Amino acid sequence: MTIIPTDRHNRMMPFVLLALMAIAVPLSANAQGTSVPESTTWNSLKGDVFGQQAIAPADGVVSIEAPKRAEDAALVPIDLRFKTDATSGQIKAVTLIVDENPAPVAAVFKFGKDAGVTHLATRLRVNAYSYVRAIAETEDGKLLMTQTFVKASGGCSAPALKNQDEAMASLGKMKLRVFPSNAPGIEPKTRATEMQLMIRHPNNSGLQMDQLTRYYIPAHFIQGLTVSQGDRLIMSMEGGISISEDPNFRFEFDARPGEDVRVEAADTEGKKFQDEWPLQPSSL
Amino acid sequence: MIHPTRRSVLKTSAFLAYCCMGQFSAARVLQSESGPLPVTEIDDGVFAFSGADELMRAQNRGEICNVGFIIGKEAVAAIDSGGSVAEGRALIAAIRAVSDKPIRYLINTHMHPDHIFGNAAFDDAGTTIVGHHNLPRALASRGDYYLQSFRASMGADLMADIRIIPPTQLIAGEETLDLGGRPLTLRAWKPAHTDNDLTVFDQKSNVLFTGDLCFIGHLPTMDGSIPGWMDQLEPLKAVNARLAVPGHGPVPSKWPEALDDERRYFEALARDIRKSIADGVPMAEAVKTAAESERLNWQLFEEYNERNATAAFAELEWE
Ligand SMILES: [Zn+2]
Repeated sequence: MTIIPTDRHNRMMPFVLLALMAIAVPLSANAQGTSVPESTTWNSLKGDVFGQQAIAPADGVVSIEAPKRAEDAALVPIDLRFKTDATSGQIKAVTLIVDENPAPVAAVFKFGKDAGVTHLATRLRVNAYSYVRAIAETEDGKLLMTQTFVKASGGCSAPALKNQDEAMASLGKMKLRVFPSNAPGIEPKTRATEMQLMIRHPNNSGLQMDQLTRYYIPAHFIQGLTVSQGDRLIMSMEGGISISEDPNFRFEFDARPGEDVRVEAADTEGKKFQDEWPLQPSSL
Repeated sequence: MIHPTRRSVLKTSAFLAYCCMGQFSAARVLQSESGPLPVTEIDDGVFAFSGADELMRAQNRGEICNVGFIIGKEAVAAIDSGGSVAEGRALIAAIRAVSDKPIRYLINTHMHPDHIFGNAAFDDAGTTIVGHHNLPRALASRGDYYLQSFRASMGADLMADIRIIPPTQLIAGEETLDLGGRPLTLRAWKPAHTDNDLTVFDQKSNVLFTGDLCFIGHLPTMDGSIPGWMDQLEPLKAVNARLAVPGHGPVPSKWPEALDDERRYFEALARDIRKSIADGVPMAEAVKTAAESERLNWQLFEEYNERNATAAFAELEWE
């Protein structure tokens, strides 16, 4: 569902899409006065991302949480939870979309078959008052959607680097935290382990214009990421510019004590980053 | 030219124009004929205007930070140009009310719009703009965003004149500018409030213009590095000044006591955020209660605290 051909015909798509979005802007701006605006943008976007596939309400199988009003539009925390059981089946992939962003598909996550991912949190850039939606694909190919509305603006064009020298000096550095299940504020777990993966990267959106040269500062972001344990895929991500600077993923999965956790990432300049961490039974 | 694919538009957007197409309300401003900015003479030849503890709006012409000027035997240096060209012109009028010496320098203390949106007022006055060596880079990547994002609150009339004009004389470390028998010590700081903070110390009067390294009353805003700012409070305090003109707050303020309030706020914020990080509390929850003990001590706490906490969380979780 995420393979998007790049043949000649599709080169026209951006123009079509741009036109659709341009129409959508004033409509959604008018709708900002009401609490639940129309999903005009989504209606025009849906086909471009998922084609003709039917999308059903997630009905609790997937839930999404985000602040109603973002304090920092370049750093909006998004929380996804998956409630999977015998009837709903496992979730194979989830696509995160910010309707009103210039690049609406924030990321596509794919989960390993027996990874047992039940929770995934990350941080997004949100460029305008927008729905943020998660569309999950179940093992049997059904698409399930849930969404929330976030009031934020300028998250994509905002220059996120507060400390540019430091940001570039530590490019690609990774950090993995394992949360002990008895920590305060965390519900006791059976097998799932919660981890947080952090990657130092400016994740430039390419939407910041250099005032002097009038050129846009080139986009430079993490486009691919794989988390595995032992020889098992936990999760992979195909990402875009809507993922915040210093990409940050907090997730719960069925960890196997004693097996190393390994992360590989690649950015748009072809740089590859990797790291691995032993997962001691004691940290579970 | 890279041909955008459908995928590149969906995920990365080569369509920059879209971003700049925001719908802005053109609030009409009743522009009164701008008289001189009401400045106070702090010491012989040292003047400052005290900005309002507000957000930048058409109604306040962006006049929310402290700006000032120092008069030497030969020339004048202005310190920050204010939040609009209208304010910049009013600052020049204030200078002209007391001196006819050339305005040789405009010193920008850092990149924020309330301090630099008035630069264009000085553009044809034969004035050299001076700033931290990181300031041109910061304005290159943020200037356009600043122009776009303030249009709604400032209104089209005020925004029409505003241009992002970077400094041409750059300061690294510590350097002296002389206004004729009046040496000013300019010091470029490591990332703190921003990564381009500059202070101006007038050796003759012992008055320090701190830029936004010092906030009093108005909640400090975080756009650089919280540990960087905290680490530099000691060397900042060691500046042998008698009085300070803070970036925001009473003009003048006693030095170094002027730093006490923000130090207390940073300590509370860093302590609360570090505890949340150690306890595994997610960012979204942690920022709701961080530095809550400081709420009643500040103006604009509601507007800026959660944002500061978010920045602090994102920085401190790398410790
Ligand atoms: Zn500032």
